[in-house]
Amino acid sequence: MTEVKPRPGDPAITPELIAEHGLTVDEYQRLVTMLNREPTFTELGIVSALWSEHCSYKHSRDLLKTLPTDASYVLQGPGENAGVISIGDGLAVAFKIESHNHPSAVEPYQGAATGVGGILRDVFTMGARPVAMLNSLRFGSLEHARVRYLLAGIVRGIGDYGNCVGVPTVAGEIVFDNAYTGNPLVNAMCVGLMHETDLIRAKAEGVGNPIIAVGAKTGRDGIHGASFASEDLSAASDAKRPRVQVGDPFTEKLLLEASLELIKSGHIVAIQDMGAAGLTSSSAEMAERGEVGVTIDVTRVPVRETGMTPYEILLSESQERMLVVAHVGHESHVHEILAKWDLDSAVIGEVIAEPVYRVTEGATVVAEFPGSRLVAECPRYSPEAREDAGIAALREFDVASVAERPEEIDPTWTLLQLLASPTIASKAWAYRQYDSTVRTNTVIGPGGDAAVIRVRGTDKALAVKTDCNGRYVYLDPREGGKIAVAEAARNVACAGARPMAITNCLNFGNPGRPEVFYQLREAIAGMGEACTALGTPVTGGNVSLYNESPSGAVYPTPVVGMVGLIDSLSHITRSVFATPGDTILLMGETSDELGGSEYLAAIQGVVAGRPPRCDLSKEKAAIGALHEAIVGGAVQSAHDCSDGGLAVALAECCVADSRAMTGASIDLDAAFPRITPLSTRSAFFGESQGRFVISSKAPRVVESIAERWGVPVHAIGIVLDRHEGFSITFKSRLIKSSVKDLAAAWHDAIPAIMSATADIAADDPALASV
Amino acid sequence: MKFGIVTFPGSNSDYDAFRAVADTLGETAVYLWHKDHDLQNVDVVILPGGFSYGDYLRAGAIARFSPIMREVEAHANRGAPVIGICNGFQIACEAGLLPGALLKNSKLQFVSAPVAIRVENNDTMFTIQYERGAVLTIPIAHGDGRFTADAQTLDMLEASDRVVFRYVDSRGNASPEGNPNGSDRNIAGIVNATGNVIGLMPHPERALDQLLGSADGIPFFESILATVAA
Repeated sequence: MTEVKPRPGDPAITPELIAEHGLTVDEYQRLVTMLNREPTFTELGIVSALWSEHCSYKHSRDLLKTLPTDASYVLQGPGENAGVISIGDGLAVAFKIESHNHPSAVEPYQGAATGVGGILRDVFTMGARPVAMLNSLRFGSLEHARVRYLLAGIVRGIGDYGNCVGVPTVAGEIVFDNAYTGNPLVNAMCVGLMHETDLIRAKAEGVGNPIIAVGAKTGRDGIHGASFASEDLSAASDAKRPRVQVGDPFTEKLLLEASLELIKSGHIVAIQDMGAAGLTSSSAEMAERGEVGVTIDVTRVPVRETGMTPYEILLSESQERMLVVAHVGHESHVHEILAKWDLDSAVIGEVIAEPVYRVTEGATVVAEFPGSRLVAECPRYSPEAREDAGIAALREFDVASVAERPEEIDPTWTLLQLLASPTIASKAWAYRQYDSTVRTNTVIGPGGDAAVIRVRGTDKALAVKTDCNGRYVYLDPREGGKIAVAEAARNVACAGARPMAITNCLNFGNPGRPEVFYQLREAIAGMGEACTALGTPVTGGNVSLYNESPSGAVYPTPVVGMVGLIDSLSHITRSVFATPGDTILLMGETSDELGGSEYLAAIQGVVAGRPPRCDLSKEKAAIGALHEAIVGGAVQSAHDCSDGGLAVALAECCVADSRAMTGASIDLDAAFPRITPLSTRSAFFGESQGRFVISSKAPRVVESIAERWGVPVHAIGIVLDRHEGFSITFKSRLIKSSVKDLAAAWHDAIPAIMSATADIAADDPALASV
Repeated sequence: MKFGIVTFPGSNSDYDAFRAVADTLGETAVYLWHKDHDLQNVDVVILPGGFSYGDYLRAGAIARFSPIMREVEAHANRGAPVIGICNGFQIACEAGLLPGALLKNSKLQFVSAPVAIRVENNDTMFTIQYERGAVLTIPIAHGDGRFTADAQTLDMLEASDRVVFRYVDSRGNASPEGNPNGSDRNIAGIVNATGNVIGLMPHPERALDQLLGSADGIPFFESILATVAA
């Protein structure tokens, strides 16, 4: 081993400095044992980043290993920048979801924008051209000025970045709940399309090959972003705003084009985004995958400012940078391609045979770690898991005992309230700020169930969607984890797709608390069960822990990003009713399941009860039956029945497309004759799983297909002209409304809240502690 | 017929324009790199949508100084057709090929949506295949689309029939409700005095297939084929 001495000016390694770097006493001892000496300041910084939760998955790795990852069409599973599946015709889809929660909590615009940038790079470094962006957002109640400020900034950040790069933002979800008040969630997913032959991995190979830094220059922004993402948010978090990186989508666009050109050119061996923990993690991970050593000279890294220390250069999270391993002798070709796009490139190191990770400053070695142990020997934890007794009690609470409010004597009132609840209401206020039509492949954009992107040159299309009901996961993590997968699968099935594979983003609290680790363990187990049952392996994802603020942990929110394949453009199905006169059918089984519902939360202010059960064999059968009916041409529209239950789903089918609204006349007595205990509010607003609202010109065909799959289906009504109104009857209760009133409740809710507060302020005294 | 699509480093609807020409029209399309000086003998130039140079300063403000724009200006001055769509409209205004300017949308938000526009003048080389007064559904996607000019210029544009497209509401009226970005007099597209340069914020190249929601952009491109001699 080379001798490594502290640099002049390095701070002394004290217990305080170690703690500031987020390392425990045990972890520090582990480091000293590995090095066989005390680390330098630079080395401490490197390990602090690589062993952070964000980079190392130290609390989740063992659990994630239990998830199913295989299918014949999976070309790349977890462990790379993004997962890749084959869709036939020599084409493949690369996709991944990632969180940017902490940065967005303190600096919403840049936090969200750089989240989009990071996930784009993860996809195009696989050799795929990004063709669609999705985002899954969670906020507190819009009653708070700070929440409105966060929503406005995050949406603008997502829009400005994706719009400029020219990738359509096509789908996602936004949920509002007090559980997210102090800690919003910002998960961005990117989907890319590629020729299978262009697939490239981030694996350093070939002793003597040069390591090249390309893209933007390295500055002092975002230092320790990975560590920041691996601690709870606190009163001090605002002071860490400088750890949030600043995005430049124009440079990203140049980097995208240059990277795809580089990959196609054949001059390079490997390419990886310099994302969290920047140069440190990209170089260490590429070396580990290739089982080779690397040496990097920080004085050769193009920098934005003078006087940067090795520590700063290694840990900077300046955006829009890539690390490339090129074939030796091809350096000038790489430089040429980058120069065409006005980007920097510089050889900063080389792949070496000696199994070390070495950083030099000119001729002086400033950090050196043996072999691949830096990444491989990261500690792993499997702490105590124990369910919170309070949550268990909430689950056992008998929600039937919650009395109806006096206004509920007219369930029309309840329906209008639910349609105007921000979680259910139209999100057009947000997605109108996202370019959803660029690249001219968007068949179904935001506002439907799943988005649909056609695949040019084929008769195929992709259906994509993100989903997760955090309230379900909070009340019953295993069932909630199953439902997140099943709901995403149902959504892509509604568009006419076969669910293929998922990426997941696990947003949880502090895993050091047994009740949080319990949620993580159970939710992953539930997702695994559902992925196995539905045949949708996990190809990668991201874990975001420590989503806690002084007001508590967020709901456990394992967001699922699903990709489905539509075999023929003729199968593409919309979620809204198409033509007056079509028969409306309800597919799937309805039970008395109000627990965890949006009805209880929004109307009664109650978060309790057993969430709906998710029977995976019934889910699979319902998805199969729907798909067969769609392929057989018997389905005019299909919509997943979820938040707000059947009444909300039916109303959405009538009003979601403001340019082609319809009415409907529904009678549920025929559908639920034998289920006498079913209360009217459960029938209208219960959230039983595995259900679809379908409209059809051939109801008999749908019925006979469903019968063959063993799935209950009932004709419950008929599509009307928009001027003929909307009604649902069940037992003695009647919902009756003009379509105009339904539409106003659903379309106007969020714009009314956001435009009434043009003076969106960052400071809300009620949240001053956050 | 040969169409040249100018690719600035931040262009992103260049691909849409290219596909429109090559796939929908079945004509020849070539990309024209912003650093080049050669228009490759194209008949029609398209300045596509996007964020030419990042547009952090002002949309199109830097693009007008790029090498290829000298050639595009010469092409326009020869009376040959130039189409500026979205960012291309902004660049054409910045370069002085068209009057007026495009400001931030009145609500200061990016707007992406299908909108209704009315054909105000069907006697141009870009609109001859439309009926005058026809209402089209065409997507917009921009943050800086609010067309503005001084009153005298606006009057002159109206008097000389140079307002080609106007935003309208669902009843076909050029009302405030039908105006997605606060453009003066609901103006969505204009031509220059000689009628060979058009600028418009809506994206006809993204409305060529009913599968994607609208095919109302097809006559826009067919008009060019019908009127421009290759």
